Amino acid sequence: MANTKIQIVENILSANDRIAEENLEFLNARNILSVNIMASPGAGKTSVILQTIKSLSPEIKIAVIEGDTAPVTIDADKVSKLGIPVTQINTGGNCHLDAMMVRKGLQSLELKQTDLVIIENVGNLVCPASFKLGTHISLVIASVPEGDDKPYKYPGIYRGIDCLILNKIDLLPYIEFNQDYFRKGIEVLNPGIPVFPVSCTTREGFDAWISWLRKKIQGK
Amino acid sequence: MHELSITESLLNTASDYARKNKAKKVIVLNLVIGELSGIIDESIQFYWEMISENSICEKSILHFDKRKAIMKCMACNNEFELAGELSPCPSCSSMDLRFLSGNEFLLESIEIEK
Repeated sequence: MANTKIQIVENILSANDRIAEENLEFLNARNILSVNIMASPGAGKTSVILQTIKSLSPEIKIAVIEGDTAPVTIDADKVSKLGIPVTQINTGGNCHLDAMMVRKGLQSLELKQTDLVIIENVGNLVCPASFKLGTHISLVIASVPEGDDKPYKYPGIYRGIDCLILNKIDLLPYIEFNQDYFRKGIEVLNPGIPVFPVSCTTREGFDAWISWLRKKIQGK
Repeated sequence: MHELSITESLLNTASDYARKNKAKKVIVLNLVIGELSGIIDESIQFYWEMISENSICEKSILHFDKRKAIMKCMACNNEFELAGELSPCPSCSSMDLRFLSGNEFLLESIEIEK
């Protein structure tokens, strides 16, 4: 018997996208702003999160979801020390968070009166780009020692994001990093995106990032 | 590495449609993959054979329709195919570029036996 052709035309990750959509509704119903933080390992995700908490807490009520590939609680412990509710998702070696893991993370947090949920994705510049989590803001933290060519080498991760943090700018005098070249790449991939150069060590540049984020929280 | 989760998602979607259409088995899956989607067809193929075993999709064939990455130059309106890394417009060297295609990642159709 001849085969029957069934037209589908569905995004292969539509199942993930649907759950991401539900996550977003869950957060909207509670009036919570959420941020998905992506970066390579060592770019300073946890450091930026800690600085951000110090700048906004206790006025803004924050909760954190930590994505890790192994059951190591180093990052979660640092957040917890600041008195912030944190839940850790162990991806079991998987290279990214997906919407279902975030759903479980959200369910395990006490979110009454929370204003902001920060999600630290697994350190990786490739895989997290494909998986929507259902956050209001997705951002990438790039860092000076990684080099100015990252947008050219890992275009996927810079495409769908809402803002970019360039961390470790205190190292600019010691490292060859052409900011123009870096920004040109970002501009092609994501025209008009806000870029915040910061240093977690000196706190330089943090005010601009914090005031941008604060506006987003107030706009909720 | 993320191809495993993607392949699982593909199996779920294809199996859903197959059941809805009362298929006995799935013979072919037609996929569209853009060059910039970050998905590697060879890994999908590798995982597919593993995870489709004992499912309605067992021994089905994956067809990949690969789409090129096409850029548009905002300075001179030239449209060109991106060869590998992000690079300036070949006709005017501008870096003011926009993506037209290359992100696709779709299950376009399946062919089933009823």
